[in-house]
Amino acid sequence: MQAIVNVTGLTKQFKNLTAVRDLSFSVNEGDVYGFLGQNGAGKSTTLRMLVSLIEPSAGEVEIFGKKLRTHRNEILREVGAVIEKPDVYKYLSAYENLKLFARLSGVKITNEKLMSQLYQVGLASRAKDTVKTFSQGMKQRLGIAIALVHNPKLIILDEPTNGLDPQGIADIRNLVLHLSKDLKKTLIISSHLLSEIEQVATRVLIIDKGGKIIEGNAAELFDPSQTIVELQTFNNVFALQQLQLSSWKAHLQAQRDTAILIRLDRQLIPQLHRSLVDMDIQVLSLQPRHSLEDYFLQVTSGNQHVDTYSN
Amino acid sequence: MWTLIQIELFKIFRRPRTYIAFAAITGLIGIIQFGLKLDGDSYVDFMMRDINSSITVEGKILNGYQVCYIVLQILLVHVPLLIALVAADMISGEANMGTLRMMLTRPISRTKFLLAKFMATVAYTLMLLVWLAILALFVNMLLFGTDDLFLLKSQYVVLLKKDDIFWRYLWAFGFAALAMTTVAALGFLFSLFAENSIGHIVATMSVIIFFTILSTLNIPVFNKIKPFLFTTHMIGWKEFFDIRVNDANEAIIGSIQNPQKILHSALVLVLHIAGFVTASIVIFRRKDILS
Repeated sequence: MQAIVNVTGLTKQFKNLTAVRDLSFSVNEGDVYGFLGQNGAGKSTTLRMLVSLIEPSAGEVEIFGKKLRTHRNEILREVGAVIEKPDVYKYLSAYENLKLFARLSGVKITNEKLMSQLYQVGLASRAKDTVKTFSQGMKQRLGIAIALVHNPKLIILDEPTNGLDPQGIADIRNLVLHLSKDLKKTLIISSHLLSEIEQVATRVLIIDKGGKIIEGNAAELFDPSQTIVELQTFNNVFALQQLQLSSWKAHLQAQRDTAILIRLDRQLIPQLHRSLVDMDIQVLSLQPRHSLEDYFLQVTSGNQHVDTYSN
Repeated sequence: MWTLIQIELFKIFRRPRTYIAFAAITGLIGIIQFGLKLDGDSYVDFMMRDINSSITVEGKILNGYQVCYIVLQILLVHVPLLIALVAADMISGEANMGTLRMMLTRPISRTKFLLAKFMATVAYTLMLLVWLAILALFVNMLLFGTDDLFLLKSQYVVLLKKDDIFWRYLWAFGFAALAMTTVAALGFLFSLFAENSIGHIVATMSVIIFFTILSTLNIPVFNKIKPFLFTTHMIGWKEFFDIRVNDANEAIIGSIQNPQKILHSALVLVLHIAGFVTASIVIFRRKDILS
């Protein structure tokens, strides 16, 4: 698979706050790339940098093999994005909004085509109504129609299910699957809900406090037999060096605060333990998390998330 | 670029707020016309009370040209507020609605986007002044007829012949458009700094009021900065109604007393516009869109 988004060392500093720090990831063509993290983790800031709403303090974004810094307009012609909320002109109708954004994207599009776009997101019957009469779900769908109006290759949706009722969430999910499977689009979708991402993503990135926690194939990450192990030692630098030289290198996920994260089959934990002793690594603790969900809850601890997963 | 300007104009004229200015001008001029039509003679008597004994004016003092001058004197002080209503909302309003975010994810350069918005603001300003001209000049010419224009200045009087006035108004409105574009450019610059557009409207007006007070204060210490304040030059339209006289103290038809002063004022205003727009572009190109 060809990587169409390459992010390296992306950092954003706002005065005293580092919103995103040294973030690197890549998105392959055809991926539904789930971008997970709690509110304030840096998801929206990262996505804003991907569409040049925010200038990175450091790092590089390459999309379709071109640097965003130097090929902004060329890249954005092939990108459709709804960042944060689908805010459109409330005093205009859905049809007028769609036409306006199509013109802004440099697309000459027929009325029939515009109506078919609205039909695709279930808004054809409300095409002439002003947006101020729309529900949150309808606005979200209109936002997606706007993101798609110029037939982009890459679609970026920031928390597309926010504020939606269960039916609205299901509609968005089906739309994402349709875009991915039928229209072969590449999507980046952010969410603070693991359950949402789990149902649509082919690859997943979890960030917290602006940094990467874990990245990998969704099928593997969501595999219930797999476990995340948090390793704490007296000397994490030494431990990491030793692990990178060993056969456990492939299992290493990330270093977070005072812990090293290792992802492996539960049955391999005793073997890991023996290896750590053999490598003369002084272990303080070795804590297995039951699943990615368990781990996600732990790193993104907060009432909101606990409530979410109790659904 | 043309598409962007069209889009911006479409948005401006689909917003109800846009028509407040047109309605306000219509209402204010309507009230002045109504008052003067009803009791114009009393107004003229009041205006002439100090010089009635020394000057005898033949003809109709209260004519369309006179009323237009009265309207311009009153309204051109307040029109900046109406311009600021739209100009100071151009970016901050979009940021507030969240649409700025949606717009800037499209493949358009920020400079073009900003220039298109400014052009649309200028177009709105011009339309407002055209509307003002229609009501203040043409409607008054119809309602009050035309005659010579008698103007009382602070130290002298000016009498312009009936056939020597209309072109002066056209130039005066042109100059007023330049002055109002300066206000629009200032409001536009302020609209970049936050999402609350009311704050920018107030800030724009505060600067204009502050500078206007400085421009009119007769305190020597301020005289050095007065030539650099755009508000000093905004009233340059009045210069079109000062006429040159020959050695026999007769007015020279078709002349302007001090055309250099008008040119100088126009240049200062153009430089202010260029400065405000350039500053807007520099700031906006680097601005992180966090709304």
